[in-house]
Amino acid sequence: MAAPTLPREEERPELAALPGSAIEFENVSIAFDEKVVLSDISFKLLHGETKAVFGVAGSGKSTLLKLAMGLIRPDSGRITVLGEEVTAMTENELFALRRRLGIVFQESALFDSMKVYQNVAFRLIEEKVSTEEIERRVREVLRFVELENTYDMRPSELSGGMRRRVAIARAIVTEPSVLLYDSPTGGLDPVTSNTIVELIMKQRDVYKTSALMVTHRLQDAFTMATHQFDKATNQMIALPKGQLADVPMSFLILREGKVIFDGDAHQLANSRDEYIREYIS
Amino acid sequence: MALELQLISPVEVAKDFALAVQEYTLLAGQSLTNFFRRPLYMGDMLQQADLIGVGSLPIVVLTGLSVGALLALNSASTLQRFGGITLIGQLVSLGMVTELGPLITGLMVAGRNASGMASELGSMIVTEQIDAMRALGTDPTKKLVTPRVGATAFMLFFLTIIADLLGLIGGWGVAHLLFGLDTQQYWTSVWQILVFRDVFTGLIKPILFGFIIATVGCYYGISTRGGTQGVGRSTTQAVVASSVLILLVDFFVTKLIFAVFGYR
Repeated sequence: MAAPTLPREEERPELAALPGSAIEFENVSIAFDEKVVLSDISFKLLHGETKAVFGVAGSGKSTLLKLAMGLIRPDSGRITVLGEEVTAMTENELFALRRRLGIVFQESALFDSMKVYQNVAFRLIEEKVSTEEIERRVREVLRFVELENTYDMRPSELSGGMRRRVAIARAIVTEPSVLLYDSPTGGLDPVTSNTIVELIMKQRDVYKTSALMVTHRLQDAFTMATHQFDKATNQMIALPKGQLADVPMSFLILREGKVIFDGDAHQLANSRDEYIREYIS
Repeated sequence: MALELQLISPVEVAKDFALAVQEYTLLAGQSLTNFFRRPLYMGDMLQQADLIGVGSLPIVVLTGLSVGALLALNSASTLQRFGGITLIGQLVSLGMVTELGPLITGLMVAGRNASGMASELGSMIVTEQIDAMRALGTDPTKKLVTPRVGATAFMLFFLTIIADLLGLIGGWGVAHLLFGLDTQQYWTSVWQILVFRDVFTGLIKPILFGFIIATVGCYYGISTRGGTQGVGRSTTQAVVASSVLILLVDFFVTKLIFAVFGYR
């Protein structure tokens, strides 16, 4: 697939103008049973930006998301999320921070003992939001992912793509500042994948949510880099070449636990690194 | 293909065991301190109480009745030989209330519920539901462990009382129907032999056993590794560990109560 061209990051003043970054990794390393998974990783996710994270299986992509959520702790390095140092927080302090984040797990991780609306409303129920408000927000968010008819269904009654969309609904119901997607289109058919990409794009362009998106599918990320969600028509539209700068989209490539690329689509398309050229070809 | 036999170092085994004990102790402690920290999931606790208490009722009724009847049947022949058949009520009463009632109920509920908790939480671990719960800002020990601990300890207390009562009824059935013992004589001896210490012993044990069943079941569930095979392993380990721990704690509690209140 031919990589589209995008201007460089410094040419996007609206992102540079925002103070700090949504997520920042500084020299983060982690190993499991002496196997180094991430080694001295550093990168920033700017406010309002969506960063697609690539890498072969086992390159530490999902670990990266779990580290950002504070679900696991690094062996060394510093992770800052929304200005708070995750690596220095206790589990109890992390619970409060996690309420401002949303995550979509690779296998959706819906609570199978609960119905769809209970899954989506989980955070709201915990926050003791009124029943009427919960119902209103759950219906609204299920409408957003076009699954309002599944309100009373159980996760086992849904297809893989529907479960993924319910997981997105659960992640966005509290309107989080940062969203983390773990292979949101993995194992899905092209039509369903496209629907999910459109939802992620809608979240980025309508709600300006910062996001880290782990994926194997380069085409999904390029679709996101070359399209924008049009609120009026409620669908994504391809951007003319001159307007590609408006899309806050960047790419991060991991290889053997290290960051080998961090930049926008333009830089990615023009990379001279042999591995990257092979990866994107 | 050459088959390689990997030897495990005893030091590693000891380290793993020490780590498991440490993690279990932390989880058990946390499950208790959570009772004093908000939110307290009363709805989940009631749901668990229903699952554990009402769900275990048939098995407890059956075993309580059988154990009481068997205790009476086995001791009756010996007592009859020495002309002491009238003591059968005392024997069944002491045996059921202080020892067999709590122990049999504990072991039955361990087999049924420690395995259930380990498999349920283990499945939640392998499908990342526990991680999802943490990611949604909810403490799984508060939401999942503490309600199970509270419900098991609370319900085991009442299940034991039911098992005791049914054991005594089973004993009466055998004593009256097979050995012709007078009903009033039986129940009078049942009642008269019991002192505060016996009732206290019989009612403190189920609370401890309930705590053991739930914490061990939840610990093995939460520490599940290795997919569905790991869930199966955790389930088996939870039943074995909780049963062994119940027997050990039963011995030491009985010994402690004897030391505090003195022997009969």
